[in-house]
Amino acid sequence: MIQEDMRVMTHEEIADHIFELKLQGQMVQQITEPGQFVHVRISGKTDAVAPLLRRPISICSADLKSGTLTLIYRSGGLGTGTELLTHAQIGDTVDVLGPLGHGFPVSEAPTPARALIVGGGVGVPPLYGLSQALAKRGIQVTHVLGFRSAKDVFYQTDFEELGKTFVMTEDGTYGRCGRVTDLLETVPFDIAYACGPTPMLRALEQTIIDKPLFVSLEQRMACGIGACMACVTQTTDPNDAKGYRRVCCDGPVFKAREVEL
Amino acid sequence: MIEVHLPGLDLKNPVMPASGCFAFGAEYGALYDLNELGAVTIKAATLQPRFGNSTPRVAETPSGMLNAIGLQNPGADQIIKNELPRLEKQKVPVLANIAGSEVDDYVATAKKISRHPAVNALELNISCPNVKHGGIQFGTVPEVAAELTYKVKAVSEKPVYVKLSPNVTDIVAMAKAVEAAGADGLSMINTLLGMRIDLHTQKPVLANLTGGLSGPAIKPVAIRMIYEVSQKVTIPIIGMGGIQNADDVIEFFLAGASAVAVGTANFVDPFVCPKIIKELPEKLNTMGVTDINEIIGRSWKK
Repeated sequence: MIQEDMRVMTHEEIADHIFELKLQGQMVQQITEPGQFVHVRISGKTDAVAPLLRRPISICSADLKSGTLTLIYRSGGLGTGTELLTHAQIGDTVDVLGPLGHGFPVSEAPTPARALIVGGGVGVPPLYGLSQALAKRGIQVTHVLGFRSAKDVFYQTDFEELGKTFVMTEDGTYGRCGRVTDLLETVPFDIAYACGPTPMLRALEQTIIDKPLFVSLEQRMACGIGACMACVTQTTDPNDAKGYRRVCCDGPVFKAREVEL
Repeated sequence: MIEVHLPGLDLKNPVMPASGCFAFGAEYGALYDLNELGAVTIKAATLQPRFGNSTPRVAETPSGMLNAIGLQNPGADQIIKNELPRLEKQKVPVLANIAGSEVDDYVATAKKISRHPAVNALELNISCPNVKHGGIQFGTVPEVAAELTYKVKAVSEKPVYVKLSPNVTDIVAMAKAVEAAGADGLSMINTLLGMRIDLHTQKPVLANLTGGLSGPAIKPVAIRMIYEVSQKVTIPIIGMGGIQNADDVIEFFLAGASAVAVGTANFVDPFVCPKIIKELPEKLNTMGVTDINEIIGRSWKK
């Protein structure tokens, strides 16, 4: 983990209020797993007071050769920290702490195997790097990606290049109408990975019980390195020695049903 | 030039992390050598383990943050077994924060923790705003605070610093009461009680409803209280509340602090303590100050 002023290589809006930010720096070499995150300090260029705390943003993908990592985040609208971040221009630097946390265990997937990747909204980005890593190991990947509406959809073609991809919208304005869980029965798989809203993860934990499932959680954080105890979540096992896990450093990826959702 | 000597705490520099912002040092110890610090203040120990409050436990505010962790800690016995031995191997002095719900648990915890060789002094937390029982009640009534201080002092093998709550009308009365009861020093200030309400849910953001406000937003309150208290007591003050850089440290000394603790800033920049320690002598040099002890309370000294 290092703190670094990373250089903005590209920065664009790829869906409604969804931004793709490519950053270059040394820390990329330290990324060990897809699903890790970075803690971004946002310094505003406008008159607005910059937020005090860093913003945890998952790493979408990383390219060790060029030393770049890609973040995809949603701008929270005027006055929010993520909105201030949207003003970062190519050539600017962004103060980043990372890589942080434990990501998806790619090596837990047996080969050959079929992996199911389920994402919802801004939970989708880290799954792209995961899919790349799985595909590289020769694992057949199928993606089920859920968005609220047509205007929120992003990265469809990128996922399609890696494997079969189903896009669903809640309002039916794009792809199939419905929720990601509606499709589970039709897709054969040996291992599953998911990131998205808690109700979605909860539904998956209830549905996928006979195969390995890994879920990535989101939680409000302060320090991002395990010291402040802000992001703790209880273990499901009442006899667990600690009884809790810190999402920032024990996670954000956990085995299904390891912690309470 | 930046050495300070306080009861139980011989500090090569006056900068330590604030309790609750540094856990037991393992996480930050992985980033830099803890021996660079003046001291380490560990997260509050209670007699029994505590899971703490439900999440969300933090909420950002303008130039600050609210927290309602709820004194999550593994309990005094586990801290003695698993955390203090690791700190004992370091050369850095340890200020051990202790908390409780009843006088008896404070006393029992103080007895256990103060006996440990790694611990140089106790910090009596009578000011946590985030627990239902104890905590803040001990910190808002001078007579109650004094009695607790007296009883903890009676069993503690190490000097006792009492951490004061800013959520009082008369901070000087609190300080004088605990001084008279035998406190060796004061830590001030703890967080200010606050709340944030979410516009979408129209409910409080924190699961605990209220939380303690920290960060640069509270620095002027801390400065004012230290300025007032340091003129009325003879025991030293460890100052805290929104410190982010060497300039802030100097401001706290000018107000009357004899050492400082850095809290929330560790979350923004995990390397902030060593950075401040490096900046401090340079800054004092530019001010023509040869010994930081000279400027303690200079804002009010004639």
